[in-house]
Parts: sequence; structure tokens; C-alpha cells
Amino acid sequence: MNIYTQTLKRDLRIAIRNPSSVMNPLLFFVISVSLFPLAISPEPSTLSQIAAGIIWVASMLSVLLSLNTIFHNDFENGVLEQMAISHHSLPLLILSKIISHWILTGIPIILLSPLLGVFLFLDSKATLVLMTTLLLATPSLSLIGSIGASLIVSIKNTGMLLSLLVLPLYIPILIFASSAVSQSQFGLDITGQLYFLAAILVISFMTAPYVSAAAIKISLE
Amino acid sequence: MSKLIVKDLCCQRGYNQLFSDLSFEVSSSNILRITGPNGSGKTSLLKILAGLNASENGTVYLNDFNVNSYEYQQHVFYLGHSQALSSELSVIENLEFLMSLKDTVDRKILTESLVKIGLQGYRDEYCSKLSAGQKRRVILAGLFISNAKVWLLDEPFTALDSEGIRIVEKLIKEHCDAGGICLFTTHQDSALDNQMVLAL
Repeated sequence: MNIYTQTLKRDLRIAIRNPSSVMNPLLFFVISVSLFPLAISPEPSTLSQIAAGIIWVASMLSVLLSLNTIFHNDFENGVLEQMAISHHSLPLLILSKIISHWILTGIPIILLSPLLGVFLFLDSKATLVLMTTLLLATPSLSLIGSIGASLIVSIKNTGMLLSLLVLPLYIPILIFASSAVSQSQFGLDITGQLYFLAAILVISFMTAPYVSAAAIKISLE
Repeated sequence: MSKLIVKDLCCQRGYNQLFSDLSFEVSSSNILRITGPNGSGKTSLLKILAGLNASENGTVYLNDFNVNSYEYQQHVFYLGHSQALSSELSVIENLEFLMSLKDTVDRKILTESLVKIGLQGYRDEYCSKLSAGQKRRVILAGLFISNAKVWLLDEPFTALDSEGIRIVEKLIKEHCDAGGICLFTTHQDSALDNQMVLAL
């Protein structure tokens, strides 16, 4: 097993042994979505119209809640320092950590989305599109989020700083993903939106690990 | 025969110049003890030598390899102030991961190194349950396995009892007798023979 797979396995093992760090963002996701019908209207026609937006905003905020877990503990206990001085590629080690973050937050969100879609009266075709957009875009959320998390890893009491750094970068994903689901409800073509989400995924996959690695090296000085 | 060559090194942290024009060479089988008051730049110097920090000026080479090269990084073992242990993982899991960063993983050898450092019976214990001295011993167990030529140890005796200090000193001596290089910082007296001293 190479070091990158081992890093991934180690992060998953730590998360399993500390389940609250994984469960809290997911519970936030489910609870926040389930509150909307109570606050707005239980009408199926109203809810199905705004379902995609609700699920996407909630998933974005729950990913944001979990971003601190990517690097913070390893920075505090010195593991990131050992990673930085090892002769292995730091961007690839960081990519392993980002993938484990996506497995722990992105995949559960994708798996929970059909259930919440039913809850918000989303039809089966739109639910499928919602899952596709989540599958394409949640890795981008983890990748882009890792840049923000690495920039503030050495700062204590960051408060809203992470949200201010990351949320503006999430906005294009939110716009294109929710519009893909809405347009599919009207039977319109959504390939443009899906291509855009795929392009963001490719760009963030190619750049985010390198940017995060550079930011971590600066934080370690 | 290896040689660590440091030339005209300058280090500034904030508005403070920690050291400037620092030059020295350490050859195989030599121990360099770095001393100095708090804030004199001992940790910063080791971090620069480990490739973690950039210096304002100067060069660091191991033989012909620059501090940022793959070959240099491969031959350096750095132990900082932090323990590099995750409290959610067991002693052996932590050590296995840290040593896999150095490409040396064999569970049997790792277990033997834990016995040598005095942690027999703690192999599967979670690190959150260990004392500060035991945590230090876990990371120091990596020294038994490391193939690195250059050891950079920042306060290796901190939190260790007299038996632990004796084990680490013996390890350093064996490493240098085998042709290795060791640079360490400490505020404590060290019983190591033939050590050179660099006062910052």
C-alpha cells in the first residue's frame, strides 16, 4: 500500500473513531432541510419548486462546517509538519486528505439527497439530476474548501473567516447546480450546466492540492 | 562519507535577527549540540536544516544535495517539539504511519522498536491514554528504524525520565558510530562523548 492510500485510510480511521466530527455536519444538513417545509409551506407545488435550492444550500453549508477537520488536528499535533518534510509529494498527500473528506461528507450527502428529495416532493427525474449535480460538484466543494482551510490553519479563533474565503468561490457551483435541477423539472436541456460543473471539478482537481500545499508550507513557517 | 554543509545562513523572525552569517560543517560520525538561550534561534535553525523554514540568506547542502532536493529530504529525520501523534490512533498505528512517510514500515520491526524504547505492552494503546514522556518515546522509537543519515532532534530529552534519556543518548551514539550525523538542541546536560557545540 502506498503512502497516499495509507493517508486516506488513516484519515478515515480517525473519523470513524471520532464520529461526532462526521455526524454533526450531516445532522445539520438533514435538520436544516427538514425545517423548510415547516417554515415556508407544506404545499407540494411550492416545495418542489425550491427543493433543489434548499438541498444545495444546505449541503454547501454542511460541507463548510466540516472543512476545519481536514487539516486542523494534523496541524496542531505536528503530523502536517512530518508530511511537509517527507520526500513524498505534499500536494498528493493533501489530495488524499481531501478525498477522505469527500468520502466522509460528500458521499453521505449524495446518498441522503433522494430521501430529502422525497421529503420536498421532488420528482424522480429531478432527484436523479440532483444526485448527478451533487456527484459532480461535492468533490469541488471539498477541493476548493481545502484552499480556505489550509490558508487559515495556523490562525486561532478564525470565526467567519473561512466562510468569507470559501463561500464566494462556491457561488458559481450553487448557481449552475440548482439551475440544472430546476431546468430539468421543466424538461429543458441541462448539459451546459453539467459541463460547467465538470469543468470546475477538473480545474479544482488540478489546482487545489498545489495551492493548499503552498498555503500549508507558509503556515508551518 | 556524508557531510552537512551550512554556509552564511541568516534567519529573521518578525523584526528580530536570530542569527546571521552562520557557517559550519558536520561530517559523518559527528554530533553537534546546539545551545543557546530561549529565542536564540535553535528551533528555527533545525527547521531550516529540515527544509521546513526558508532562510533569509545562505545555503544548506548534504554532500551535493540542496536542502529542497528529494535526495536531501530522503536522508533527514526531523523531530520537532510536537509529537506528531493522533490521539484517535493507537501507538503502533501512529508509528506505522509516521515511518511509512519515511518508507520504512515493518510491523514486526516497529513492535521491536517499541520494546527497545521501553513501551512494551503499549503497542495497541490509544495515544490519548499516554503520558507526555510516553508520547515522546513513541516518536523517538522511530529513530530505531530510521535509515536517515542526518538526525535533527529538537529537545529530544524533553519529558523523558533518566532511563529514557539514557536510551536516546545510546541511540544517538550508535547512529554516529555507524557513520550518521546528529544535530540536537537541549537545555539539559548531555553525557554524550565527543560532541561539538554550537552556541547561538
